[in-house]
Amino acid sequence: MRDVAIIGVGHTKFGRASKTSLELFSEASLQAMDDAGVVGTDIEALFQGAALPGFEEGQVMPAAFSAAELNLGPIPATRYEGACASATVAIRDAAMWVSSGECDMVLAGGVEKALTMGTAFATRTFAMSCHAPTEGPVGLTFPGVFAMAARRYSKEYDIPLDKLREKMAHVSIKNHGHGALNPLAQFYKKMGNLKVEDVVNSMMVADPLTLMDCCPFSDGAAALVLCPAEDAKKYTDDPVYVLGTGQGSGSSLSKMADLTKPVSRIQSAKVAFKHARLEPKDIDILELHDCFTIAELIALECLGFFEWGEAAEATAQGETDIDGKIPTNMSGGLIGKGHPIGATGASQVYWMVKQMRGEAAKGNQIDPVPEYGMTDTLGGDFGTLCHIILGRTKK
Amino acid sequence: MVGKEQEEIEKELSKEYVTLTYADYEEGLKAGKLLGLKCAACGGITCHPMPVCQWCSDRRLEKIELSGEGEVTTFTVIRVASEGFEHDVPYIPCLVKTKEGPCVVGWLDFDAESVSQDVIGKQVKMSGIHTYNGDKFFSGEHVCPVFKITE
Repeated sequence: MRDVAIIGVGHTKFGRASKTSLELFSEASLQAMDDAGVVGTDIEALFQGAALPGFEEGQVMPAAFSAAELNLGPIPATRYEGACASATVAIRDAAMWVSSGECDMVLAGGVEKALTMGTAFATRTFAMSCHAPTEGPVGLTFPGVFAMAARRYSKEYDIPLDKLREKMAHVSIKNHGHGALNPLAQFYKKMGNLKVEDVVNSMMVADPLTLMDCCPFSDGAAALVLCPAEDAKKYTDDPVYVLGTGQGSGSSLSKMADLTKPVSRIQSAKVAFKHARLEPKDIDILELHDCFTIAELIALECLGFFEWGEAAEATAQGETDIDGKIPTNMSGGLIGKGHPIGATGASQVYWMVKQMRGEAAKGNQIDPVPEYGMTDTLGGDFGTLCHIILGRTKK
Repeated sequence: MVGKEQEEIEKELSKEYVTLTYADYEEGLKAGKLLGLKCAACGGITCHPMPVCQWCSDRRLEKIELSGEGEVTTFTVIRVASEGFEHDVPYIPCLVKTKEGPCVVGWLDFDAESVSQDVIGKQVKMSGIHTYNGDKFFSGEHVCPVFKITE
């Protein structure tokens, strides 16, 4: 097995897009190819995360048409679907294909046009990655699932719900703060100075989660070019190495032992750390799946950055902000940057690469540039989890 | 001579791997019964039904009826619904840990404006069902249990 490097990255503006998914993905891909200094004929396979293209544009099999749109020739092009973790799963498999020796240069990423669907229909299609037989008739929504997790968190750790809501608000304040500084973010130059009251008093979506506890629906795409680590310096002075990956699967909500400790995430992260031969204390920066404020707290604990029940207070104390113990979601995360679900994992890796090159936006870039970073992406109600650990040097 | 007799292939096909189908589980709910499976290997109860025991993966399962009693472990009040549930808001999805062990997801029959964190831990019993009329993606009538607080 060979080590794998990321040599080029691309990312569209997140928000509402008038372009088609094929155009969005092409835009991100061409940016990534230009960034790497490669051309279409160099690409040997395409791995594309796309969760709901059938509902957004009546398009299935988008990966083949994406390859065609870029004139990549009759190469293998595959769509990956793991709900909101689709792109991370695609990137992980892309890295494996390169690692195995099957390919020497691949394109991986993701695309989504969720905002285009409108709230009611988008909520319906997102809820399709709940367990349809049991959770479908209940009318569970994703905010609903995480609202249930928040109430469990409050009970489990004996934090009164109103206090927990105030601590959760700090996730939204932080991530909107950084999203407002990110020119590619959906909420660029917006909501950069939220207060706790703004979050807890905004419209209730699924009690106790308000609109400001939730990430938005978004359109957008992101893509990466990967090659064997041994070839990376031919293309760039700043390759970023894939040091470890992990993936885990969960069950229906009712079969989960504990909503605040999803086994799928714990297991996936453990495998990624093991592959990378690193521990949480080695990681300088995180991009993690803050689909809801409570989701960020649960993720921080599952990955091992805080003890169980302590991420809420740590966040309120600023330990996950730019000058804290573990800067988290300096891109704005899903809450501030937007969440085109099939693209999100690729966007997380994009911003990690930018951080490692010292090219993130001022106010979001950590200094010194991070040596090691980790992405965490969650699909469904903990149904698909995927992690990637990246580094500026090979281990 | 390679190839297999058609009768032999048909016989293999007739083997049943599912002891309690989801359709039968839903029929049970409609009749006011919470059905599940008891495992001959570990004694654990599986509910909603699966082809294997949810605790030990054994396949020796027997159909049983659960008491419908349990405890609320968490809930939410949905105020922004997905398409098809707009007319139901506000409603209260909940998780109930049944007396027999497994958790089930359903609705809590409670006033959505006054429900609070205090209902977590309360004893409940299945009191009926909620019927979802389906949509073009999930056709047909589907049901979930509704629970009412008994203490």
